[in-house]
Amino acid sequence: MTSSTTNILVCGIGGQGVMTATEILAEAAIAEGHDVKKTEVAGMSQRGGVVTSHLRFGPRVLSPQIAPGTAHVLLGFEAAEALRWMGHLAPGGLALVNDARLVPPVVELGLFSYPDDPLGMMRKAGIHTVAFDAASIAKSLGDLRLGNTVMLGAIADHLPFSADVLLSCIVKRFASKGEKLVDMNRQAFAAGRTAARDNSAAPATA
Amino acid sequence: MAAVMPAAAQSRHLLSGNEAVARAAWEAGVKVAAGYPGTPATEMLEALSKYPREDIYTEWSVNEKVSLEVSIGASMAGSRAFCAMKHVGLNVAADPLMTLTLTGVNGGLVIAVADDVGMSSSQNEQDSRFWGRFAHVPILEPADSQEAYAMVGYAYELSEEYQVPVILRMTARICHVKGIVNVGARVPHKNLGFTKDAERWVMVPGHAKRRLPLMYQREQELRKLSEKTPLNILEPGTDRRVGFITSGPAYMHVREAFPDAPVLKLGMSYPWPLEKAKELEAMADLVVVVEETEPILELELNAAGIKAHGKDALPRIGELAPEILKPGVARLLAKEFTPPPAVAPVPVFPRPPTLCASCPHMGAYYVLSQLRNLTISGDIGCYTLGAGHPWNSLDSTICMGASMGVALGLDKGRSEADKNKRIVAVIGDSTFMHMGMQGLLDITYNRGIVTVLLLDNGAVGMTGGQNSPANGRDIHSQAAPRISFPKLVEALGVKPERIHVVDPYELPTLFKLLREETKIDDVSVIITNRPCVLIEDFKPLKPYMVDEDKCTGCGNCIEVGCPAIHVTRRGKEVKASGKEVDLAFTRIDSTACTGCGLCLQPCAPEAIMPYAPQNVISIQSV
Repeated sequence: MTSSTTNILVCGIGGQGVMTATEILAEAAIAEGHDVKKTEVAGMSQRGGVVTSHLRFGPRVLSPQIAPGTAHVLLGFEAAEALRWMGHLAPGGLALVNDARLVPPVVELGLFSYPDDPLGMMRKAGIHTVAFDAASIAKSLGDLRLGNTVMLGAIADHLPFSADVLLSCIVKRFASKGEKLVDMNRQAFAAGRTAARDNSAAPATA
Repeated sequence: MAAVMPAAAQSRHLLSGNEAVARAAWEAGVKVAAGYPGTPATEMLEALSKYPREDIYTEWSVNEKVSLEVSIGASMAGSRAFCAMKHVGLNVAADPLMTLTLTGVNGGLVIAVADDVGMSSSQNEQDSRFWGRFAHVPILEPADSQEAYAMVGYAYELSEEYQVPVILRMTARICHVKGIVNVGARVPHKNLGFTKDAERWVMVPGHAKRRLPLMYQREQELRKLSEKTPLNILEPGTDRRVGFITSGPAYMHVREAFPDAPVLKLGMSYPWPLEKAKELEAMADLVVVVEETEPILELELNAAGIKAHGKDALPRIGELAPEILKPGVARLLAKEFTPPPAVAPVPVFPRPPTLCASCPHMGAYYVLSQLRNLTISGDIGCYTLGAGHPWNSLDSTICMGASMGVALGLDKGRSEADKNKRIVAVIGDSTFMHMGMQGLLDITYNRGIVTVLLLDNGAVGMTGGQNSPANGRDIHSQAAPRISFPKLVEALGVKPERIHVVDPYELPTLFKLLREETKIDDVSVIITNRPCVLIEDFKPLKPYMVDEDKCTGCGNCIEVGCPAIHVTRRGKEVKASGKEVDLAFTRIDSTACTGCGLCLQPCAPEAIMPYAPQNVISIQSV
């Protein structure tokens, strides 16, 4: 990894919109003039499996994959998935996590257990973890599907470019779908920014 | 993907390797493109189908062999032709390929084959670079989207100049990585037409014998080209302790891990340039070949007298990455390697792919899991997930269509101990048309005793719900002739009274039918008729909920395997017999439930009822 490359790992489960969110982040990086590579393993992932999307940008990006210990930000769409991938964070890296718990059938069948406090485990491992409830925020704004934009809002102040660049990419995406939807996404973006800011002061052992 | 189609020439786009290949094929004036869906290749044809139909004809073929044959015909007719498939698809298409290499091409023909290195969605990991050696055709290997785009244009020039089919070897890490691509303008290809020439196109032994020397001669000329093609570059570097020879995505990992090392990058990796390799050997203390999966180049380099390391330092299985290369090469140099400090991962439960809520396959697998004394041969598709929890109802998966032949073999080769076992074969509609029909014909012709469960969900589900003759829509979702499975299987020799069409959501009917048909010493076909939930034919119904007061915690509903059913609390109960049983009280995620009603049927206390919002605290999910 070259030091001028920014590494963002987005994780969640199939169907949550992980790949779309990363795509919008990639568009913002391109708008800022960066070289960009984005990769994920697709295929069976849409069947409720694990999805990780790697985004790397900078003056010139070679390998598309983010190595363990080198991600600057981990954007987790689900609590246990953030825990699963925390090893990819670089020392001093930041985890922004939607604290939703999505429990798979193998856990419901009693074959495995879901950790009681995945975010606590991340903090105990020394990771600066900012958690918030993206779904509740989205629902309070009128549509559960806004959760994706809430997540993008959360990361907006942790990028090497201004939040407005990211917001304009989101606006562009929804522009054809009417002013109302654009407005809702603006609100979701702002709410995500606020949530990440308000929760970042939480005690390290919370 | 949609953004690319109308994009102007000389514009920049974030494209996956698959999308970049599609754009380049269209720009190269390809007239006919054919393929069969398969991860990670699917999006090449999907993207191409979005380009103007007056420019390019695209089709989902019924299998890869047919798609290559269509491409061969188009090439014979003078058009540029394109064919895309996953690695195992080229096994199916190997028969035409091995003779195509003798006839050669008229219009340029490129076969894009995508290896699932790391096996995210395949039954094996195989290295398509072998086909270059086997079929004596050139292999081009891009390292990212921009290269994939550029190599397609080059491949068509090469194909026509040497009258050779060209294999564009992709891997998942090219197909599905998005990078910036500068696109160009479309240049229509001039079709010079088909000229009848039996000695060229009719491969009877006498004609083929005369083509063999031409094939070897062509290979020699391509070998010479490999020394001077701009696709093969020797980057001198400054740190000459190790010189690398590499191709495909591995090149990016090498450059990332060893920015100052000399590298011979093979964009055309077969035939490869011996003189260039010698140049690299002369400038470096050590030569290391970095290639994913098989040590093909490594063995060939050593055979040619170049001492090359490779798999003695690097893994043979799965994808490579800079963090894998660094310690491997450090070991060769007898150096210490310290990885970057990172938090040690903690074990987290697995999250295997599951069947979707309301998936009609769940009904079939629930019933199969309730029946005893069966041996079940399976096939390739979503229903391979039936091997997993909670159903555990699949005993074999080999390749597309294999459920049929394997079932017959299980029947004919059974041991004395298994003489009362009943054989069931499970196959999906698209897989059946791909390669299952011949197997069923073999079963009827050879009087096998097999119950075939044909799960017709009207889609190629696992790859994202593509169209096929089973749903009567073409690649553009336009109406096309729709196959009738009852008529088809009857024509293949199944007796009309042994053919049943059943709703897989009606568990008692399906259960009764399967139990009865498996008792009969004949071939039966049971066809299910509910659509895949990913396609437009699927109409969601009103969701259900669990009445907390009625739920007894029996857990029967969980055994259906629906991802919308969740456990709220667990407990234990001591039965009158003194036996202790586990209890699991459940709820239904009403935002995920689409009302198939499968879970209602095994619920003894009738605790599952239509969703009423006032009674439920909705769950949270993004």
